[in-house]
Amino acid sequence: MSIVTPREVVGRIGFYVLVGLVTAFFALPMLWLVATPFDDQPGLALSVPDPTLDNFSELLDNRLALPSLLNSILLAAGTALLVVVFAATAAYALSRVRIPGRDIMLYLLLLLSSIVTGTAAMVPIFLLMFELGLIDSRVGVVLVLSGGLLPAAIFILKDFMDSVPKSYEESARVFGASSFQILRDVVVPVIRPGLATIAVWTIVNVWGNFLVPFILLRDADKQPAAVLMRTFYTEGGSPNLALISTFSLLFSIPVIVMYLFVNRRYGFRFYGGIKS
Amino acid sequence: MAQQTALPPAEQPTAPAPSRTSATDVAGLGRGRAAAFVAPAMLLVAVFLVFPALWTLYIGVTNYRLTGVQARTPEIVGVDNYVDALGDPTFHNALFLTLVFVLFSAVLGQNLLGFALARSLATLRPVMRRVVESLVLLAWIIPSSIVAFLWLALLDRDAGTLNALLQTPGLAWLIDYPLVSIIVFNIWRGTAFSMLLYSAALASVPPSQLETARLVGASRWQTLRDVVFPHIRGHVLTNTLLISLWTFNDFTPFLITAGGPNDRTEILPVYIYNTAISGGQMGYGAAVSLIMLVINLIIALFYIRLLRERR
Amino acid sequence: MRRIARIIAVTTGLALVATGCLGQSEDEPEDTQRGADATEVTLTIAANAVSGGKNAEEADWIENYVIPEFVAQQEADGVDVTVEFQSSGVDDEDYKSKIALDLRTGSGADIVSLDGIWVGEFAEAGYVLPLTEVVGDTVDEWDGWEQIPDAVQANMSFNDERYGVPAGSDGRVLFYNKELFAQAGLPEDWQPTSWEEILDAGRALQGIEGVTPIQLNAGTAMGEATTMQGVLPLLVGTGQRIYDEDAGTWQGNTQNIRDVLGLYQSVYGEGLGDPTLQQEAQGRDKSFAEFAAGTVGILMEGDYFWRSVIEPTAGVAPMPNRDEVVGFTKLPAMEPGSGIDGQDFVSMSGGGGRVLNPATEFPQQAWELLTFMNSAEATTELVGDGARLTQRQDVNDELLANDPMLSFIADEVVPLSAYRPGLAVYPQISVALQQATLDVVTGMTPEEAAASYQDAVEAALGSADDIASD
Repeated sequence: MSIVTPREVVGRIGFYVLVGLVTAFFALPMLWLVATPFDDQPGLALSVPDPTLDNFSELLDNRLALPSLLNSILLAAGTALLVVVFAATAAYALSRVRIPGRDIMLYLLLLLSSIVTGTAAMVPIFLLMFELGLIDSRVGVVLVLSGGLLPAAIFILKDFMDSVPKSYEESARVFGASSFQILRDVVVPVIRPGLATIAVWTIVNVWGNFLVPFILLRDADKQPAAVLMRTFYTEGGSPNLALISTFSLLFSIPVIVMYLFVNRRYGFRFYGGIKS
Repeated sequence: MAQQTALPPAEQPTAPAPSRTSATDVAGLGRGRAAAFVAPAMLLVAVFLVFPALWTLYIGVTNYRLTGVQARTPEIVGVDNYVDALGDPTFHNALFLTLVFVLFSAVLGQNLLGFALARSLATLRPVMRRVVESLVLLAWIIPSSIVAFLWLALLDRDAGTLNALLQTPGLAWLIDYPLVSIIVFNIWRGTAFSMLLYSAALASVPPSQLETARLVGASRWQTLRDVVFPHIRGHVLTNTLLISLWTFNDFTPFLITAGGPNDRTEILPVYIYNTAISGGQMGYGAAVSLIMLVINLIIALFYIRLLRERR
Repeated sequence: MRRIARIIAVTTGLALVATGCLGQSEDEPEDTQRGADATEVTLTIAANAVSGGKNAEEADWIENYVIPEFVAQQEADGVDVTVEFQSSGVDDEDYKSKIALDLRTGSGADIVSLDGIWVGEFAEAGYVLPLTEVVGDTVDEWDGWEQIPDAVQANMSFNDERYGVPAGSDGRVLFYNKELFAQAGLPEDWQPTSWEEILDAGRALQGIEGVTPIQLNAGTAMGEATTMQGVLPLLVGTGQRIYDEDAGTWQGNTQNIRDVLGLYQSVYGEGLGDPTLQQEAQGRDKSFAEFAAGTVGILMEGDYFWRSVIEPTAGVAPMPNRDEVVGFTKLPAMEPGSGIDGQDFVSMSGGGGRVLNPATEFPQQAWELLTFMNSAEATTELVGDGARLTQRQDVNDELLANDPMLSFIADEVVPLSAYRPGLAVYPQISVALQQATLDVVTGMTPEEAAASYQDAVEAALGSADDIASD
């Protein structure tokens, strides 16, 4: 083992201090989320709470609270499924086959997706879904959200599929596998962590999306949690911090659980399995 | 199969480039099947994205409002909306603020911090690494409306956590330093994506080349510049492009500053919200959306020119 | 191939768009008696209320009283009625967008809750029609109209035609903290008669440490709360409404506006108010919390503040000793007699109501349900144990007798108040007013701010016509 110079020691200590600061930077704002729901008098101030579970019982009295989380899960899972499957197949084809204008088209779709996720597109989306008869339908919400997220997903996946060496595919082709089999059995296992990351990204985007489900859904029982969060205000617009903070915690938990699960299973990488 | 592992750099595909030196259709897809693979995604995109987006752009040339007379009979006003927007000093202000916001929080902030984290975390012990990664990712995962409350609680003038820590009661971060506050906020919020992407990108750098550099005695900076960067150049492009686009269109700062004290954080998404929703002028809002799209396009072209691999 | 697909999408889009599916076609006036004899009827009620969230009392009332009672009543008459409730409970602006989209496509509920100031723009857009056109002349024969004051009815009317039935009213007053007043040597039952007296009270409170004497809403962060609980009540105290219906003009750079901004300058210039608070995103809610904590002396707000914010048990900033500590008084005009119509005291009222969807399948039954919801019994049931201003005088007289604050509002404030103009351009004028107050709070003189305000109004209206200035 080589001798560690004082300079290296100082450097290392400095490094750990920096890491500590970064950790604190990221952790600090989240303290409110874990402390306030248990607070007797929830407010914007972060105080050492007089612990109470009253806020939770008040929330559970709301008959829409837990079902809305279920709705969120349905919407998120549905969208993630569509996005991952369609983006993977499309990204694979776009990566392996040279089609003229492909890149420009992808960039344009990416840019257009930024319009459709904004408020200015609200009217066209509503009128379109009305003509299609998909108002008040969770399926409709999934379709709209998928359409908006696909360009970026394809963009990201294609970029990484480009980096996956094609040797295995060549071999599989030699052995007579069809293109779809190659995609399913050779490429997907390699890119699986990337697919998981895209799935997480999709779920995160759908989980917090208020506008699309709000515009398209009518029945209160179909509303996802992101919409319900906006109802915890008084008629004059003052937030009911007791309900909001508590629901925020519950609202965040499924996403955190999902993240932990994916992290354990796949690790958060875009691809793995082949090191060059 | 030990022979195919290290591809010579010239053949290694990086940035999306229209011309490739080698045939890439190794799976024998052919145009037809490629089209079939792409079709489902394209169908969804065409119906639920392209169509409404184009419709929105059409609204941009009318004086359409959601209510009022112009809802019943909107008139085509041609480029009036665009002329008004481009001449509106509030729009200029919003554009300037947005560019500053994107530059500092995304292009510099998230990029650099994400890269630094990706690079340094590899050297930490696994436990520490997982803790830091988890925190960074949580900041990205938690929905926007909640994150807004978290930061309001943090930066509150009277009872905020930051003021309590720094022992500076009464310092109104959001009033006195609004732009800095939302820049820092956005760095906190979005670094996770860059960190993920660069982790994967760094993993694709051939260790043999890193080893060679170390043997030759190259400094860390030289290694970074000459070995690492060429390999991840394409990923830098992708990442910067995406996070710029997303930050450009991010509405979340509104929840924290409501456009800032006296419009000092009225970035373009907030500007559109104030005109299209609060003011009710959907035609104008749609026109501004198109202008934003064009600006994003220009920025994208700028990135591509800068970062595309020279052949 | 993809390119072809894209081209198809583009052309289809343009084609559809070219057929003008943005605007609406003029429909033939529908038969008001359609569906009148149906024995199986489905009706839907939409309101910005949700059980367990915003306006929960209204949501619970609809679900637990209105629907079961009405269904039972109709059953006794041999009609099988299903009534559904579409709850929302979100921010007013979001709710407005949602129902605008619904009404525009002829879908949505049969009975829709609407804020009074939206009636004009919805009518202009063709989203709602006068009640007589939807239901027929029988509308005018409803006995409930006698119980609803004309001014309140006007809130749900446009061009002198009734579009809906009002669902309540409110009023703005000055709230003050009696304990702080005692400390400052001010009277417990305070009744200022001019703006100067309010300023004097503020100056007296200035001596108490840690207390903000006056909270006068200002700035754009508070949105409509600045206009409705700040500028407009003051403006009518100078003798002018923001929009003069007879002359068809909006207030521009007039002496009235300069006077209002002058008061802002006095309050914030002398340190009687907290300028930073007006600029924070959550400033309004923080001001409520401060008042509840006893660090604000005088606050201008509506009765909503009394019954939903500082309410001792269920408020968001509860004050356990509210009834003893908080006083309320009418808002004086700038000087006695300088208010609109020569009034000494002024106020502003808002409120909403319910309209009928012109595309409803069962106009007669929908009207029946609407009148049921506005009957004396149903209205009494809605108020329940709480206390709020209803649209009906008879119910108010009976219920509010026990709540001094609300009977004060009903008897003394509502008769004095003015309403906002329900025109589509109003929100932009409101923003201009908010900006003007912000300019003054951050240091501009009233003259400069008023000139800048006039420019903003011109930009909103698109021309310099229809603006009063001097």
